[in-house]
Amino acid sequence: MINLFKIKGQKKEEAANSNGGPPVKKQSPGELRLHKDIAELNLPKTTKISFPNGKDDLMNFEATLRPDEGYYLGGSFTFTFQVSPAYPHEAPKVKCKTKVYHPNIDLEGNVCLNILREDWKPVLNINTIIYGLNLLFSQPNDEDPLNHEAAAVLRDNPQKFQRNVQMAMSGGYVDNTHFPRGGGGGGGGGPCYVLCFWLAPPTLAPNANHCTI
Amino acid sequence: MASPDAAAPPPTEPERWRDLDMLLSRPGNLVHSTFDPSPVLRDLIGSYVEVLVVGAGGLGCELLKDLALSGFKNLHVIDMDTIDVSNLNRQFLFRIQDVGKPKAEVAAKRVMERVSGVNIVPHFCRIEDKELEFYNQFQIIVLGLDSIEARSYINSVACGFLEYDADDKPVQETVKPMVDGGTEGFKGHARVIIPGTTPCFECNIWLFPPQVKFPLCTLAETPRTAAHCIEYAHLIKWDEVHSGKPFDADDTEHMQWIYSEALKRAELFGISGVTYSLTQGVVKNIIPAIASTNAIISAACALEALKLVSGCSKSVSNYLTYNGLVGTHIKVTEFVRDTDCLVCGPGTLIELDTTSTLSEFIKMLEEHPKLLMSKASVTHGGNNLYMQSPEVLEQMTRPNLSIPMFELLKGTPFATVHVSGMAESNGKKVSSLRKLRVAFKGVEEASKMDTTESS
Ligand SMILES: [Zn+2]
Repeated sequence: MINLFKIKGQKKEEAANSNGGPPVKKQSPGELRLHKDIAELNLPKTTKISFPNGKDDLMNFEATLRPDEGYYLGGSFTFTFQVSPAYPHEAPKVKCKTKVYHPNIDLEGNVCLNILREDWKPVLNINTIIYGLNLLFSQPNDEDPLNHEAAAVLRDNPQKFQRNVQMAMSGGYVDNTHFPRGGGGGGGGGPCYVLCFWLAPPTLAPNANHCTI
Repeated sequence: MASPDAAAPPPTEPERWRDLDMLLSRPGNLVHSTFDPSPVLRDLIGSYVEVLVVGAGGLGCELLKDLALSGFKNLHVIDMDTIDVSNLNRQFLFRIQDVGKPKAEVAAKRVMERVSGVNIVPHFCRIEDKELEFYNQFQIIVLGLDSIEARSYINSVACGFLEYDADDKPVQETVKPMVDGGTEGFKGHARVIIPGTTPCFECNIWLFPPQVKFPLCTLAETPRTAAHCIEYAHLIKWDEVHSGKPFDADDTEHMQWIYSEALKRAELFGISGVTYSLTQGVVKNIIPAIASTNAIISAACALEALKLVSGCSKSVSNYLTYNGLVGTHIKVTEFVRDTDCLVCGPGTLIELDTTSTLSEFIKMLEEHPKLLMSKASVTHGGNNLYMQSPEVLEQMTRPNLSIPMFELLKGTPFATVHVSGMAESNGKKVSSLRKLRVAFKGVEEASKMDTTESS
């Protein structure tokens, strides 16, 4: 219990004791846990991490993935991580900054990765998420689609999917949507008119000419 | 505040406090060991105790009323919200003409109008907007909040004042007790947190299960419920249509847009049940609130606050849960502290010379018998002093290695520092995050005021 008589005395002294020290920023337990996660990051060689706000803001960072195998070989995809003070109680908010043709990532950058939402647990960490993101590129999954069209193509015609991915990464149009040139100088994405010619359904014909950009 | 007998008291005044005075002036068997029954105890509480109520919502309104009626005369209340028409069913201090006004200000005014002699100072702002020292003026902090984040923040502020002596015992003058209330529909909890003695919020944060989140692909592909349709409009459709414009849950136009999109979606998939209020509920994660649950939990919290300041009865030890869903169940569980808790634990005391560099400090941690920590990364008050990884941060922080810690910690004689690395635990090296109390040898005792220190 509180000693009231002590409080009486303290009140008088308070003015004299005004703290002279420099103000220290309050660090949330979430920030501390993130500090540990970041200090222990064991990044795969495909992944680079950067801190746009400098070394003292770990709560906002970016991870850039350059897949070394699979459909997305030669591409470069940047994800933004926003970590809340409630981390690891709450999962970080992860968005794909690079517009990508991918069955599990929509054109706004939303990512369908179970551990980012329904299966997040506080024992998971940043490493797990980065591992999961890498997996999305080595094994895109047509069963949990966010980009419905891309998922259908992957399921029904993997070769066409491969060409669409290459098309998108080299800065062309797929299904009427323009994708920016995705990293690494394209790595021989092929002349896009071929792809466009091949994939554009008749109804989308007017858009085919964008391919030559 | 003047005690009621200073001026001519209203005739009802002594009567009003009769029961409280009986409680505070008579000894008993169930009192706290330090209870000192006295007829002036109520005056002492009224004159010298300042209580902060965090939140002026459903619980906050009840708490202010209950505390004012329990003899507390100096109250502060902090809340960043304004009154919404949907609050009026249970936040009984508010009236229809108050809609749009700050909750803290209206709540303070209404209780002062009704309970003579009580003074309530409202603070219409975010809890993070206040200086840490603001929180130090209170003897007790009572929480009527609905978010884990806000609880965690206040908890770390209150625990941040806690100091330990050389034997790792809490220094009594630095203990800032909290009473935390929470309700969710028919369920609620009231707990007493005495930093350094009972578990703090962070010691058993696992009590709060993570919020249920729907998989995005379910929302995009196979919605089955009205909530799925609403979350689709909120999380996917909004960004698709409003490129870059942030969604604001407090903007009724935004909410209307989500509602109409959700309706369209529900129609497309033959799902019923999308309403405007469900939309609000899902988007803002509103948990149904029941006035009586708030009243029950608030009453328990106010009593605990009274017991803490007076010792007139033993405090709940330490977590009361109420469940009115099937019959009525009240249960008290005694949770235990996490002695390694980063927020309320003592941490490990490390003594340094003022000339010791960061790199020497890191070496010390490797040899320290209680830590045996290798590859330590070091952070203090939001500054990352050294990061072992990733490469980009290691490079940025490497120049610090040759700088004396005393300089890096800005010349404070005592500082809390957090380190993470591989530490020895039961003979095995495991990745760990530890709190350290750094003290510099030979630095003036007189300047030992470290109360703004982060925990
Ligand atoms: Zn704790």
